[in-house]
Amino acid sequence: MSRKTIIIFKTLTWIACLAPAAWLTWGAITNNLGPDPTAKLAFATGLATLRLLAITLAISPVRKLIPRLAWLIRFRRLLGLFAFFYATLHMLTWVALYSGFDVHAMLIDVTRRRFIMAGAAAYLLLLPLALTSTNWAIRKLGGRNWNLLHKLIYLAAICGVVHYWWQVKTGVLKPLDMTIVFAVLLLARPVIALAQGRKTRSAAA
Amino acid sequence: MLIGKPPDIPSSEITPQNVYREYLDRRRFIKTAAAAGAAALTADLIAPRAAFADTGLKTVPSPLSTTGEQLTSLQDITHYNNFYEFGVDKSDPAKNASGLPTRPWSISVEGKVAKPLTFDIDQLLKLRPLEDRVYRHRCVEAWSMVIPWVGYSLSELIKLCNPQPSAKFVQFVSYFSSKVEKWSGESQIFWPYAEGLRMDEAMNPLTLLAFGLYEDVLPNQDGAPVRLVVPWKYGFKSAKSIVKIRFVDKMPDTTWSAMAPSEYGFYSNVNPNVDHPRWSQKRERRIGLPFYDQWRTTLMFNGYSDQVASMYSGMDLKKFF
Repeated sequence: MSRKTIIIFKTLTWIACLAPAAWLTWGAITNNLGPDPTAKLAFATGLATLRLLAITLAISPVRKLIPRLAWLIRFRRLLGLFAFFYATLHMLTWVALYSGFDVHAMLIDVTRRRFIMAGAAAYLLLLPLALTSTNWAIRKLGGRNWNLLHKLIYLAAICGVVHYWWQVKTGVLKPLDMTIVFAVLLLARPVIALAQGRKTRSAAA
Repeated sequence: MLIGKPPDIPSSEITPQNVYREYLDRRRFIKTAAAAGAAALTADLIAPRAAFADTGLKTVPSPLSTTGEQLTSLQDITHYNNFYEFGVDKSDPAKNASGLPTRPWSISVEGKVAKPLTFDIDQLLKLRPLEDRVYRHRCVEAWSMVIPWVGYSLSELIKLCNPQPSAKFVQFVSYFSSKVEKWSGESQIFWPYAEGLRMDEAMNPLTLLAFGLYEDVLPNQDGAPVRLVVPWKYGFKSAKSIVKIRFVDKMPDTTWSAMAPSEYGFYSNVNPNVDHPRWSQKRERRIGLPFYDQWRTTLMFNGYSDQVASMYSGMDLKKFF
């Protein structure tokens, strides 16, 4: 993959990742976010977070299954940081719009409402990953520790999906699609490791 | 300002009654003009009677109508609906409800009544003068609208049903057909949708049997051809597309309360002091306003305390939520 192609792809990734935020900003300015703009802002930023998290989590299994696509790894950090960017916007809709910056109301939410608890947990799990995303942090931590720390993304993804289920009404199955996507992405890891381990063993024998 | 916004709205936002009447008159004129135009254009093709068919409803003003509120637009009232038989997204019912067969339609009355009855929809429409009643509509999900309904008090119908003294509650059953409502499998709700009221609640003059909104027949996605509107309770209590009214002696099963008893009580009166387990009920988002201007303080009994609070005197509303 040439440097030029990477730059083109990275530019496209930036545009694609910023598109939902641009669209929401434009909608907010022109009052064109549908009947319930507050709920729209919260839902759209949450959905963007989960989607970007899923794409980020897809990169490792895809490049293991298709070695030709190994270069995808160069996009993982960018996608992960965009997931965190939308998670931050999503969290801010809660702080600013739903809680009106009222710390007391937020404390009640976090301690009493389990879907908020799960969402806050997911955000707090993503935070150290975003903070240690620089090359300097990777060097400082060492590859092994850094890898270990960044396994927190699995836990964050699970908290995110649980947050979604606990937010919707009982009996509503909307989060099912996203749950299947994340289940496949998380289960793919041990399955691929097992399959490739077997292949290596049989090659050695 | 994001919190603690008082329920009173600037006078500039209020739709005075006379403006609303003017709006309705204008609609009537446009409808008539349009019908006349259509008739002129298609006179050779269709019978004049059909060309002049007017879906609008003749209405009279009502002293029970809420004043001092800006009406939610017809567009939002008809494109932001919880009608899970037609899909779980708010925009689904507008897309999917066109197949609801609103004619012929009848409501059967059964249970603890002198004798079971059936009312045809066209008979119901002529039973009493149809009133314009603007009500605040507060969803349990913490959003709200202001809707100009058309109908008359449910009590008018109940009087004709001759309920027995043992009838303590009324159950309302909504239309259900998995063929028409192909989206009903999107949620795990047990259909048909059923709601219920205590007898005194059902007899309260505010409880409306609604046939229309904005002086026209109900759009399918809003519960055509006839629905309940109980303005001091969360929206899900107001059953849509009613086919059966059953008078019973015990508190009947109601859909959401059966689905999640800890989240939705039988009474489900609008009450800012009792939180939903997943969110506060102290405030609500008014539909159709910009995101920075949506929040309102939720009022006890949705602002209808004067008419309804006495029915609950002595009751622990935290327990009977």
